[in-house]
Amino acid sequence: MSVQAFADLLERLVFTPGRNAKIALMRRWFAEQPDPERGVGLAALTGELSFTTAKPSLIRDLVATRVDPVLLALSHDYVGDFAETVALIWPEREGVNAAPPTLAEVVEGLELASRAEVPALMEGWLDTLDAGGRLALIKLVTGGLRVGASARLAKTALAEWAGQDIGEIEEVWHGVAPPYLPLFRWLEGKGPRPDPKDAPVFRPLMLAHPLEAPADIAAIEANPNDWRAEWKWDGIRVQITAGPGGRRLWSRTGEDISGAFPELAESMDFHAVLDGELLVVRDGVVAPFSDLQQRLNRKVIGPKLMRDYPVAVRLYDLLLDGEEDLRALPFDTRRARLEAWAARHAPPRMEVSEMIRFASLSDLSVLRDTAREASIEGLMLKRADSPYVPGRVKGLWWKWKRAPLSVDAVLMYAQRGHGKRSSYYSDYTFGLWRTYEDGTRELVPVGKAYSGFTDQELIFLDRWVRNHTTGRFGPVREVEKSFVLEVIFDAAQLSNRHRSGVAMRFPRIARLRPDKPADEADLLETLLGMVEKRAG
Amino acid sequence: MKVTPLGLYCEPGGFHIDPSRPVDRAIISHGHADHARPGHGAVLATPDTLAIMRARFGEDRAGDSQQPLPYGQTITSNGVRITLLPAGHVLGSAQIALEWQGSRIVISGDYKRRRDPTCAGFVPLECDVFVTEATFALPVFRHPPDSHEIRRLLDSVALFPDRAHVVGAYALGKTQRIIALLREAGWDRPIYLHGAVEKLCTLYESLGVPLGALLPVPKGLKRGHPPILAGEIVIAPPSAEATPWARRLADPVTCAASGWMTVRQRAKLKGVELPLIISDHADWDELLETIGEVRAPEIWVTHGRDDALVHALSLRGIRGRALHLVGRGDEEDEGAPEAPPTGEEADAARMEPRSAH
Repeated sequence: MSVQAFADLLERLVFTPGRNAKIALMRRWFAEQPDPERGVGLAALTGELSFTTAKPSLIRDLVATRVDPVLLALSHDYVGDFAETVALIWPEREGVNAAPPTLAEVVEGLELASRAEVPALMEGWLDTLDAGGRLALIKLVTGGLRVGASARLAKTALAEWAGQDIGEIEEVWHGVAPPYLPLFRWLEGKGPRPDPKDAPVFRPLMLAHPLEAPADIAAIEANPNDWRAEWKWDGIRVQITAGPGGRRLWSRTGEDISGAFPELAESMDFHAVLDGELLVVRDGVVAPFSDLQQRLNRKVIGPKLMRDYPVAVRLYDLLLDGEEDLRALPFDTRRARLEAWAARHAPPRMEVSEMIRFASLSDLSVLRDTAREASIEGLMLKRADSPYVPGRVKGLWWKWKRAPLSVDAVLMYAQRGHGKRSSYYSDYTFGLWRTYEDGTRELVPVGKAYSGFTDQELIFLDRWVRNHTTGRFGPVREVEKSFVLEVIFDAAQLSNRHRSGVAMRFPRIARLRPDKPADEADLLETLLGMVEKRAG
Repeated sequence: MKVTPLGLYCEPGGFHIDPSRPVDRAIISHGHADHARPGHGAVLATPDTLAIMRARFGEDRAGDSQQPLPYGQTITSNGVRITLLPAGHVLGSAQIALEWQGSRIVISGDYKRRRDPTCAGFVPLECDVFVTEATFALPVFRHPPDSHEIRRLLDSVALFPDRAHVVGAYALGKTQRIIALLREAGWDRPIYLHGAVEKLCTLYESLGVPLGALLPVPKGLKRGHPPILAGEIVIAPPSAEATPWARRLADPVTCAASGWMTVRQRAKLKGVELPLIISDHADWDELLETIGEVRAPEIWVTHGRDDALVHALSLRGIRGRALHLVGRGDEEDEGAPEAPPTGEEADAARMEPRSAH
């Protein structure tokens, strides 16, 4: 087995849209690859492998010794991606019959090689691989590997393959390291569960169901005293883990995002595990989600960014206080412990989420709908006696979002979907009317939606698009501007990246309005008005 | 030899080669739509190419008079000696060798060098001028062995037994080659065909190319019919998976067999789940190898990446000339004209899909 087999896996993951198909591909990798190969592969899939010895310039220099510069330039121009160009163009040397390297050999080779030895090492490997293998190798060692699956999905596939719970894998994950031999031994029933010891580990989060069904609402209505309410903030859910073994900030899916928020790591001078919401907060006011986005997915965080987009965490729950696991205790008890803990430690950039007092659900409903801050998505309802359990257990926690905003927009373009929807025009771009000073009107695209409709509505829209096409641009069709869609969305924000000047958050299609003439669709000003309304 | 808006014209012989519009006298290299067009007067081609033209255009539109010329035989027209040689591209495809006043030009048409069980292999012939295509004339195009790609397909069928694998392939040549390669790899289950590729498969078999058990993809299924053909291989024109026709199939894995699948971005753009690099055109190494074998001091490039090829020839001291023939696309590309439409697509559009997922 070699880099070649891993390259085949990567290639299929990149092109396969379906989640289950991706899982099937990864399961086969865990089932068929020997140790330590499968573990190194798992590390590559979960983004745990990193190399610093091979730079992209090294690849550039290597290929220059073998390929005519004009042909290389023409090829790069055509292919677009430089690593892919090199992988495809690399001329094999006659008579090379060495076996291609295994992933483990690549890892070991790069660790042991001095900087001066790396070019010859890479050149030798490139000569033994085919184009797919060369691409995987180049991307792997230069740090540009794009895996067509998230780390979470790779762990899900591992869990399914082993017949284990994903939560169990996440608990031990941060106590194991590539090539994960003890992990695989445990999963195959040949060894003990790896002990994470002091290492900071992620504990799967407790999640909520949307509160929609009348029966569920009625059940809460009947016993309001059994429930506690908090604001549902529009940030990102995080878990804070700090102790002698280190400090970590985890995303909802167990990704380590500590690096992007150094000021929070600084605040974590305690020994506990907390659940909370990461937000941008200025002078006590929570900023819209778009502000938080400025801080996400960044490699380098400068002082200006930290100053302009100051982050804080609203604490929802206390999971571990020191070594003491509180997760089995009722919510009320944990909440009291959280308040006492916060009073004792008072960590900077963190505050306990406010509890909302209420006598009845109708009180709450009024509060929810009159909340003016754009960063409030709605309310959380938690059973007073609920333990902290991983995943989405029904009946313990509810999220109760406020009613969405809505506009009637005109369908302008449609694009075919992916995977199971590849034969359907299922992505819809819609627009609103802009009126100019001279009284003329024009439709301006304001957003794109690909959900919210029923299967029957999708079939109807697909046929309508095919029968009313006025132009084609690759996978996109322009349609007659005559069909009205009722679009709902959670918030509207000003945006200079959109021609309309406004961006919608999570737009989806609520209803088809074949009865409504396009002339009577909403104006762009209506949508702009909604920005102000929610900006508070 | 002249380059005209219709393509290459042999002045002393008084005939065109693969003209893009109807002419009085034409030699046709092979049956793809960008080379063979309906409505010519006299047509000279191999017997198989003439049969393909009759099947595609109808008896009355495949040329007013048809003259078959088998491979290797020579006839003389106005003092020009004409010989057709196998080009290895599709069944009946020919290189056209013309000799006049002691010099020889070989117009290769589209060609490939690797073995194809459905057609005769390319025969190199030394000449003074060699006219070549350059569809894949960039050094990034080096097609892997066909057996490797077929193994990837069969491997995927084994991994996803609950899904139908739909291979997008051009109706003439690629379809039959894939079927023959699957048979060689031991796949002996029936292979299912979209209506648009059926006719040419039947023709290939009647011309002596065995393809094994072939069945049409069932039509006219009732609404709510469960998805069909899980675990089977279906061959369809490249665009069919994007049409309502595909909705009857069990969670289809979209495969595309084309040389363009070498480049990831192109495969991504077309929404292909399993790209298969199987091409009926010479790749970069094969183009250069062929040009070396025919030992022609001058190379004319009809269409494709002539810039890269002419540059590579200049490095070898060979004179290259780009002809920039218009209307000469690549049948593997999406924009190329497809096989004549059948009632299938229209049927499919009328059929109610089962559900939209």
